Amino acid sequence: MSSSQPSNSRDIEIDSPEIGIRGWARWFWRQLTSMRTALMLLLLLAIAAVPGSIYPQRSADPNGVKQFFEYNPDLAVVFDNFQLFDVYTSVWFSAIYILLFTSLIGCVVPRTKVHYAALKSQPPAAPRNFARMPAHQIVKSRKAKVVEKAAVILRKQGYRVVTTRTAVSAERGYLRETGNLIFHFSLIGVLVSVGIGGGLSYSGQRVLIEGDTFVNNLAGYDSISPGTFFDENQLTPLSVRLDKFNVVFDIRNETNIGTPLDFKALVTTRIGADGEPVQGQIRVNEPLELPNAKLYLTGNGYAPIVTVRDASGEVSFSGPVAFLPQDRNYTSLGIYKLPDAKPKQFGMIAFFYPTAADLETGAKSSIFPDPINPLLTMNVYEGDLGLDDGIPRNVYALDIEKMTQVAGGEAKAAALQLETGQTATLPNNLGTVTFDGLKRFISLDISYNPAVGWILLFALLSLGGLMITLLVPRRRVWVRKTEDGFELAALARGDDPTLEKVLNDLTDEIKKAKIE
Amino acid sequence: MNNVVLSEELSQISRLFLYASMAIYTFAFLADALNLASRASQNKDARARATVTEKAGLFFLIFATVLLAIGVVLRAISVARVPWGNMYEYAITGTLTIAVIFLIARIFVKEIQFVSLLISGFALLTLGAATTLFYVEVASLMPALQNYWLIIHVSVAVLATAFFNIAAALSVAYLLKTAGWVQKSKLAFVKGMNRLFGSFPADNKLERLSYRFNIIGFILWTFTLIAGAIWAERAWHRYWGWDTKEVWTFIIWTLYAGYLHANATRGWSGKRSAWLSLVGFAAVIFNFVVVNLYFKGLHVYSGL
Ligand code: HEM
Repeated sequence: MSSSQPSNSRDIEIDSPEIGIRGWARWFWRQLTSMRTALMLLLLLAIAAVPGSIYPQRSADPNGVKQFFEYNPDLAVVFDNFQLFDVYTSVWFSAIYILLFTSLIGCVVPRTKVHYAALKSQPPAAPRNFARMPAHQIVKSRKAKVVEKAAVILRKQGYRVVTTRTAVSAERGYLRETGNLIFHFSLIGVLVSVGIGGGLSYSGQRVLIEGDTFVNNLAGYDSISPGTFFDENQLTPLSVRLDKFNVVFDIRNETNIGTPLDFKALVTTRIGADGEPVQGQIRVNEPLELPNAKLYLTGNGYAPIVTVRDASGEVSFSGPVAFLPQDRNYTSLGIYKLPDAKPKQFGMIAFFYPTAADLETGAKSSIFPDPINPLLTMNVYEGDLGLDDGIPRNVYALDIEKMTQVAGGEAKAAALQLETGQTATLPNNLGTVTFDGLKRFISLDISYNPAVGWILLFALLSLGGLMITLLVPRRRVWVRKTEDGFELAALARGDDPTLEKVLNDLTDEIKKAKIE
Repeated sequence: MNNVVLSEELSQISRLFLYASMAIYTFAFLADALNLASRASQNKDARARATVTEKAGLFFLIFATVLLAIGVVLRAISVARVPWGNMYEYAITGTLTIAVIFLIARIFVKEIQFVSLLISGFALLTLGAATTLFYVEVASLMPALQNYWLIIHVSVAVLATAFFNIAAALSVAYLLKTAGWVQKSKLAFVKGMNRLFGSFPADNKLERLSYRFNIIGFILWTFTLIAGAIWAERAWHRYWGWDTKEVWTFIIWTLYAGYLHANATRGWSGKRSAWLSLVGFAAVIFNFVVVNLYFKGLHVYSGL
């Protein structure tokens, strides 16, 4: 309050705009932190999450978004304005969960204070009228010392107990509220660690052919998506060589032929510049854990080894090239670009069939994913590869717009067909191609999120808190001596179907008790 | 895992057991329907007969569930792994779990006997859809699924579904019983229904029973969600990626969290929270059927 008015002018201030705003703010806060609002926001959050499952999301399915833009360009722009392709990072989705968590904090902080006070206070005195309580019994009995006996029994059952001369007040299940608070606070913990982890994490991809080595620096990645606070120095110096990639495809069970049974990458890693080489393996569900990096196996395919010679026999290219698998039998597509070939540059679009077979149409296809009858076919294109203008090109695509096809398709010469070890002559005096052999490659995902441990911890804490709050009963029990016996009453917090039974059992125990 | 032996023949035998169990579930359904009809009857003698049909319904339900259990076990043997690797298997295992949970719950909470009709009806529906629409030949699992997390994550999800299912059935009963139009109607049929509802547990008892099944379902679902994230972190190099299945798991979780809050909010307990319990279960079914069949995503395991 910036007002310099003396305090006796308070009455007047009630009408002043300042108080008005404060009043509104207070009213708004009270609304925001009410259960009803929490309920509304939860339902709203559930509804707001739906569109992200209907429309493709940039984070999960970028190609789907591209397609959407191609098929419905106008609608896509409108949708994009409403962030329907980025639902979970959108302004409106964020607004809902931020409001929800603000409400949550405003809710649990005061409740923690109240609960702390309750933990230190005694159970409330017995109400005057027991009949008003949800469970109530009158027992005729000539037992003596009912109050003392009830107190002992209840204490044994974990109740906190206070006695007066004629009555016992007992309460148990403070844990229920504790659990509830743990649950709600842990949700905040989950959200905060998800946020921090997202900022500090990174995730990168790398294609690795058998024999190749990945070195963990920015240049070692084919692509990398870092979090906001990511720093290159976070990358631990280490290297990983792919020694061998083992696959097993089912060839025995009729209904299951060609289904992958196991993928296993055998690697040699070195930590630090001159670390000891260590053998390791990466499987689909078993990432390799290295300091500040986890290596995941996300894909695999073939890398045929090919040597291209020009007309004079000079080698213009030699080595394995990763081919992209097109179907479950690993029909694979590969691209060759030979900018330095003499007399002119050319490119090739190649198909690899691990187990080649002829379709009825005359086309080739692969009928099994292992290389039982490997075949390499190539379409050859002459002309400008477009590599000289400095624009980065996709290594998995050949831009044939400014090129002429000289082998395969409509061209005079047929597409080249090579079995392992064979050499074919290129048309137009371009030279020869030899299919030397076969390697496999893997796609690696290298990522690290320093917060996953925290996220898991808070998630498990919230689960624990939830179980406590939902399963531990919280109740108060009172016992009072009457002229011809005693009277019991019980009250529960929330749902408790066992109140009557609690009182029945207590009555029995009091009747049986033998303390003097 | 490199030497799996699959047996399509055994799977076909398993399918025969499923058909047999469907036949018996039909008897159970009829007996349960008859039971409810006689409870709704004006005729005292007819109402007295209710105990006979009730016993028959229970007998058929147990019998059918045993046949179903044999069918599920045979399928598991035929594919040499847990029987929940695709939609067909998930459906038959889920149905079995629901029936078993109901039969166990019935021992402890006698009052839910009347839900039996919905359980046998639901079993018929899902088994019918599974054996005709979802059936897939025996196949091994793709490497991403070969993991103990599959066993944990999916089995708990199935359990949660069973609890949500029974809770939803109780909510339906509660909503019908407390509906104004049912209580006021002068139509003979509705009046009969009203007499039937009179034989159900009291309103607040129904509400509390539904709540108790839902909280167990919610705890299990929370676990499913966490276990799924742990597994996703191993298999797909991120613990959460808003894949369609993940989105719907989250939606279901949020809806049931809303349901629990509704129960503690004045003006929202009772009918509104019962509706929320149904909306939550509708999302569970949607997640299973529509998301599996029509949505794109990593969890494309329907096998169809
Ligand atoms: C992130 C969003 C939230 C989630 C997922 C959530 C979830 C839950 C769940 C599952 C329960 C059931 C446990 C029980 O009944 O004790 C619960 C209870 C409760 N929540 Fe939340 N909650 C959220 C936000 C809030 C907010 C914002 C408030 C305050 C306005 C709040 C207040 C409460 C209260 C008072 C209970 C206890 C109800 C009772 O006594 O039965 N929650 N919450």
